[in-house]
Amino acid sequence: MFLKDYFGTIFKSIKSLLTGMRKTGYYFTHPKEILTEEYPDNRATLKMFDRFKGEVTMPHNENNEHRCTGCQACEIACPNGTIKIITKQEIKEDGKKKKAIEAFVYHLELCTLCNNCITSCPSDAIVMAQTYEHSVYDKTQLKKILNKPGSKIMEGVE
Amino acid sequence: MNQLLEISFSSLASSIHSWLSSAIANATILNVVEMAIAGVCLLVFLVPLCFVLGYMERKVAAFMQLRLGPNRVGPKGTLQIVADTVKLIFKEGLTPNASDKFLFNLAPIIVVVVSMLVMAPIAFAKNFQLWDLNIGVLYVTSISSIAVIGILMAGWSSYNKYSLLGAMRSGAQIVSYELSVGLSIISIVIMTGSLKISDIVMSQADGWWIFKGHLPIFISFVIFVIASTAEINRAPFDLSEAEQELTGGFHTEYSGMKFAMFLLAEYINLFVVSAMAATLFLGGWMPFHIGHWEAFNHIMDFIPSSLWFLGKTFAIIFIIMQFRWTFPRLRVDQLLNLEWKYLLPISMVNIILVTIMAIMGWYL
Repeated sequence: MFLKDYFGTIFKSIKSLLTGMRKTGYYFTHPKEILTEEYPDNRATLKMFDRFKGEVTMPHNENNEHRCTGCQACEIACPNGTIKIITKQEIKEDGKKKKAIEAFVYHLELCTLCNNCITSCPSDAIVMAQTYEHSVYDKTQLKKILNKPGSKIMEGVE
Repeated sequence: MNQLLEISFSSLASSIHSWLSSAIANATILNVVEMAIAGVCLLVFLVPLCFVLGYMERKVAAFMQLRLGPNRVGPKGTLQIVADTVKLIFKEGLTPNASDKFLFNLAPIIVVVVSMLVMAPIAFAKNFQLWDLNIGVLYVTSISSIAVIGILMAGWSSYNKYSLLGAMRSGAQIVSYELSVGLSIISIVIMTGSLKISDIVMSQADGWWIFKGHLPIFISFVIFVIASTAEINRAPFDLSEAEQELTGGFHTEYSGMKFAMFLLAEYINLFVVSAMAATLFLGGWMPFHIGHWEAFNHIMDFIPSSLWFLGKTFAIIFIIMQFRWTFPRLRVDQLLNLEWKYLLPISMVNIILVTIMAIMGWYL
């Protein structure tokens, strides 16, 4: 019984060691399996996956219109005060006043990319972009105004 | 073709010898000059060898871990190791204040000198050997075990608990695994009946021992490779320098060139162990011959003997590197269990089998 256990251990361990060596041998002889991204060189072809969170952006359509109503839900949802929304009162044709955004200020240097602003937005005005190169020489360059100059709210978004 | 075959290491060595002996009359001075030339040749061989092994190790490691390895400095990263060496040369070689300064500085020298001494009886090519002494195998095993003194010295003199722990582990490990290495070497000595390296190589002219010696020699080959991996402190047996537990073990306090010397010694030891495995079990510089296939044997003879030797050696180095990047490190108790419960009893039984085989003549 003892001898059976003894040799059983030996054969079992040799088998498991050989399994491991077979795996590394396979990887050694198949360079196609290599996972390394040669980053600065493959900048042109590097594509980030859909759920990658790079920075908050506000998409505009071809008429320079966005979907932001200025409700400030994102500003309330933000845990560390990354978003500041400056609003103004617009007077429409029928004489009614309406709230609109003057500027959507976004501080990338404070942002933790937690995605809370995007989930809290009722009108889907902001999305996460797949950009990944954010380094700048001065942190003031990371303060961004997301709505483009002269843009206005899209028709039909309340 | 005959002219081409004339150019070999042995003919080169003998022509240098005859040229020198015509130039220098005094036999003692001639000996000294030849020794100096041999030493310089060895150094010229060893330093590029370490570069090659360092590059090879990093590339093998990278490919086995699905990485690319060094690929920026020089073509395919070949000059990376040169850049690293230059960096190490320019670094400051610190000596800790509380350390034993004499022993601290002596230890890396001892480790390197020991690993270079072991190169002496290795047969690099046909009739090309620095020193073909009649107890070559015994010389290799006995000199290589001095290295543990250097490691203990480094660990003790550093005045650092990690270094000391690493050195103590290394001592326990090398002393234990020496036994298995010795016993598996003895199995070849029993078959050959000689301790002389050139005799051992010549005895494999009609087939390497790993083929001629059937299962018992194969078992002792496997034991030799495992135990000698442990003896040169390489992963998975690198307990004495386990980075994660001991921050480098016995060479924690070393930096600059002193650290580079430990690295150099590690690679030379790796080469020596693989060269010994190739010499004892795979026929050294002996070409691959199959029984009575005259034509095949003749073609194999055209490949230079030095290439045969280096090819076999590098094959074994590759296997040892693959061990390193495949297996997890053993714990201390597992390490000693493996030696005293498995390798040593198996190699003792194996010796009896080999002896019976040798007496009865049950080999080719």
